[in-house]
Amino acid sequence: MIHMSNTNKNSKRNIAIVALVIVITAAVAGGYYFSTSSSSSTQTTSMQEISSMMSETSPMTTEQSMMTSETMTSQTMISMTSSVAAWQPTSSVQVIAAGATFPQPLIQKWTVTYNQIYPDVTISYSGIGSGGGIQQITAKVVDFGASDAPLSNAQLAAAPGLTLFPETLGGVAITYNLATYGIPNNTTLRFTSSVIAGIYMGVIQKWNDPALVALNPGIPLPDAHITAVHRSDGSGTTFAFTNFLSVTDPNWAAQVGYSTSVTWPVDTAPGALGVGGKGNPGVAGAVKNTNGAIGYVDLIYAIENNLGVGAVENAAGNWIVPSIQTVLWAAQNATGTPNPADLRLHIVNAQGPQSYPIATYTYLLVYRDLSLNPGTTLAKAQAMAHFFWWAIHDGQQYAPALDYVPLPANVVAADEQLLLTLNYAGTPLLP
Amino acid sequence: MVLATLAFLIALVPLLSILYQTIANGYSALNIDFFTQITPPIGGAGGGIINAIEGSLVMVGIASLIGIPIGLFTGAYLYEYPGRLANNLRLVGEVLTGVPSIVTGIVVYVVIVATLHHFSALSGGIALSFMMIPIVAISTHESLKLVPSSIKEGGLALGVSRPKTLIYILVSTAKSGIVTGIAISVARIMGETAPLLFTALGNQFMMNSIYDPAESMTVLIYDYGTSPYPTAHAFAWGAALILLLLVLGLNMVVRVASRLKPTTPI
Amino acid sequence: MQTQVENTRARQRARRPDFLHTILIVTAFAIPVIATLCLYALINGSLDSLQAFGFGFLTSSQWIPNPPNGGPPILGALPAMYGSVVTTAIALLFAVPISLGIALFQSELAPRKLRLPSIFLVELLAAVPSVVYGLWGILFLVPFMSNYVDPGLLGSLGFLPIFQGETNGLGMLTAGVILAIMIIPYGAAVMREVVTAVPRAQREACIALGGTKWETMRMAVIPYASTGIIAAVVLAMGRAIGETMAVTMVIGNVARITPSLFVPAETIPSVIANEFTEVAGNGVYLAALFELALILFAIAFVMNLIGRLLITRLAFHGKVSHNV
Repeated sequence: MIHMSNTNKNSKRNIAIVALVIVITAAVAGGYYFSTSSSSSTQTTSMQEISSMMSETSPMTTEQSMMTSETMTSQTMISMTSSVAAWQPTSSVQVIAAGATFPQPLIQKWTVTYNQIYPDVTISYSGIGSGGGIQQITAKVVDFGASDAPLSNAQLAAAPGLTLFPETLGGVAITYNLATYGIPNNTTLRFTSSVIAGIYMGVIQKWNDPALVALNPGIPLPDAHITAVHRSDGSGTTFAFTNFLSVTDPNWAAQVGYSTSVTWPVDTAPGALGVGGKGNPGVAGAVKNTNGAIGYVDLIYAIENNLGVGAVENAAGNWIVPSIQTVLWAAQNATGTPNPADLRLHIVNAQGPQSYPIATYTYLLVYRDLSLNPGTTLAKAQAMAHFFWWAIHDGQQYAPALDYVPLPANVVAADEQLLLTLNYAGTPLLP
Repeated sequence: MVLATLAFLIALVPLLSILYQTIANGYSALNIDFFTQITPPIGGAGGGIINAIEGSLVMVGIASLIGIPIGLFTGAYLYEYPGRLANNLRLVGEVLTGVPSIVTGIVVYVVIVATLHHFSALSGGIALSFMMIPIVAISTHESLKLVPSSIKEGGLALGVSRPKTLIYILVSTAKSGIVTGIAISVARIMGETAPLLFTALGNQFMMNSIYDPAESMTVLIYDYGTSPYPTAHAFAWGAALILLLLVLGLNMVVRVASRLKPTTPI
Repeated sequence: MQTQVENTRARQRARRPDFLHTILIVTAFAIPVIATLCLYALINGSLDSLQAFGFGFLTSSQWIPNPPNGGPPILGALPAMYGSVVTTAIALLFAVPISLGIALFQSELAPRKLRLPSIFLVELLAAVPSVVYGLWGILFLVPFMSNYVDPGLLGSLGFLPIFQGETNGLGMLTAGVILAIMIIPYGAAVMREVVTAVPRAQREACIALGGTKWETMRMAVIPYASTGIIAAVVLAMGRAIGETMAVTMVIGNVARITPSLFVPAETIPSVIANEFTEVAGNGVYLAALFELALILFAIAFVMNLIGRLLITRLAFHGKVSHNV
């Protein structure tokens, strides 16, 4: 066998190692230098700001009764909150959770913050999808789950003792890309639900279709094909979007329906163009890359990525652009007095002059009797219950900075009722 | 000849593009904190990837501990005892290399995680080893096959026993190919995301033991890279850069440990 | 003729238990065990779907998991199978010649100094995780394809049905290209090892007969290494057909069968990746995804058998003369 001479091999190896070390050091040093100039700030909105947002009421009579009931329950709840806050964990606990990707940033912010308050409680949340969350909590492999779409009765029946409560909410924005046709992203186009349904059923195929032109007078809509981008993976965003279309457009309800994953007629209709993107970034990316594309994404994506966002006609006949405020109004006006026995709330096409019509809650899934989950000790159950209580109260202040919508007061009250029923083999966990 | 050089240059183009994108998008996230802190919540400031590095290294380590010996011995078996059984084993192995990584994850989930009601780094490592074993076995087999029979027969003729011939003569001659097979399989599993989603899940904190869920670099890159926040994107690219360096480092370690470059035999 | 010593040795060896065989065969059973586990989990998981759709699953191209009236799902595997086969074929079409070229470059043609860096660079391609390929694909490759390559092909070769239709960069061609890039390092690495291990005697014999460098490669090296090259192709194909993340991000994800390569499509792994985490509690839908995975197993099996046939054919025709 022929070998390279030892010195040659050794020197080459040494050079390679030294080069690697230099590259890593340079990368670290360079990154350190550059990073000192750029640091994103997470402003935590004060509770004051939140309560001022929530008290901006639209003139509806139900608001009055909600306010009074809110003050009544809040008085009893103040004493509850203080006694809950006085709790301390008795031992070190580790909680594993998994579920929807939509609330992942917010829930992770909560778990990290909670760990700073109670270092003995380590809660880790992983976003694997709503269905994954439902699967795992039904199989009792995680301690709690999260799902964007509310569980169906069949899914609840498959997991006896499972209950759910909303922990935050969001909206679905309609985005489009007409920049090459002379319509910049800051122009707000108007859509009605029947027009959106027509586009995604492959009936409305061009931007200068009379229906679209009628809604947007004065805007030079081009004679170009509409590429309708939808989600390829199952998602709560799709659920909310199709739920809205089903509720408002009987054609859509008959032909497509609503679910986390549907069959889009635009994909196969002759002459129509449909594309599936994986995840919100897939849809956003497809819209950005395709001239004449339209798509639906989580509100957060629209905000963070400066996409062109459309105004949708709501139940009151107004054209509403999605924002944290308009989604919050939708929640406040639609939810009424929620029933703690069944907190699956639909808020699409909500009443109220400024309510954004495509809004959705997202839910945490947990067993009412936490001892049903193997490996759960009393200490862990107590930690989980207190974490949930903290999340729907103190945790809400972190929502706006991450572009999430804080829970309206009536939903917080209903959640409290449900959390009070959490127990460990009969022993109530709160306070 | 020109074609061969052209082929090499064509392959370089996407490589350079990927390297450029990774470095350009990721360097802004690198600082000391990046290597010492645990992951921040997606969209949050600061934080680092130390728990992801720990998880990835631990799981790849488990996979290698299981996969390399089994793969090597399987390849040796296929070489030493050719026959119908070996042929069929090899065919099954080749089919297994085509299994989508997500299916491996689902299988390990069904077999281990669902029965134990627990996500863990150990099950993640096992899922990765399922992917590693066929690749190492097949490349070991191919490398051994390429050793000229004169060398094997020379060893046997000198009275060296069969196991010793295998270990000391054949494997050292075929070392280069075997090591290449191990290196590409390690590179492959370090870059895998899907199998870990169902077995190791993810962890915002450091693991206490291998029976805890574990964060990994690839899952982190996917989670942060597909989130809406630009800070998270930079974070993901930074992690991608580190992952690339880690894989290269591992490759280098593997090659240096066997102290060779691809050799030209007699 | 056996001597006295050889006879004794043989008898001694026959009496001694073959530990090597025992150890090796025990570990070798890891592969059948893994395969059995996979098959068991997949078959068990897909029972509902096998029952509901039967053989029609393979021929139907409708994919309606949640019918609007709450009825049972109507599912078919044909679009996903079509996409898997076509994207793998495109990937191999690009990757095999390039891998072979790189392998020849690295083993025969590169000057000594360039050899190790070139190997290092190609292995860098293997070091890139598939999710990074996916992100790079969305960021760079998809716009590149949609702005330059697709219109170019449409303009020049648009009379072919495979190059017709609207181009937005998300489709089988882009997925095939990204798969090709991903499998090149695997193909190149194994091919390089195989080509390097061809004995010098073969090369020298060809040169002695007056062959040029190219003729040596073509007539002495490549035929000798052909079984190894095919093994490399099979390994690369395995990688391509099973790739999930990167393909899912660039293929457009629509359940449809068209001849055009520009149009969004899907592959079996992309369907599983997209829909597996969202099918909680839906028996037939979940089972259909398991059945898709089973079908992929079968496709990989068939493709491997074809590779096998090629190898035995080459060996039989006497072009290969080393011990197999």
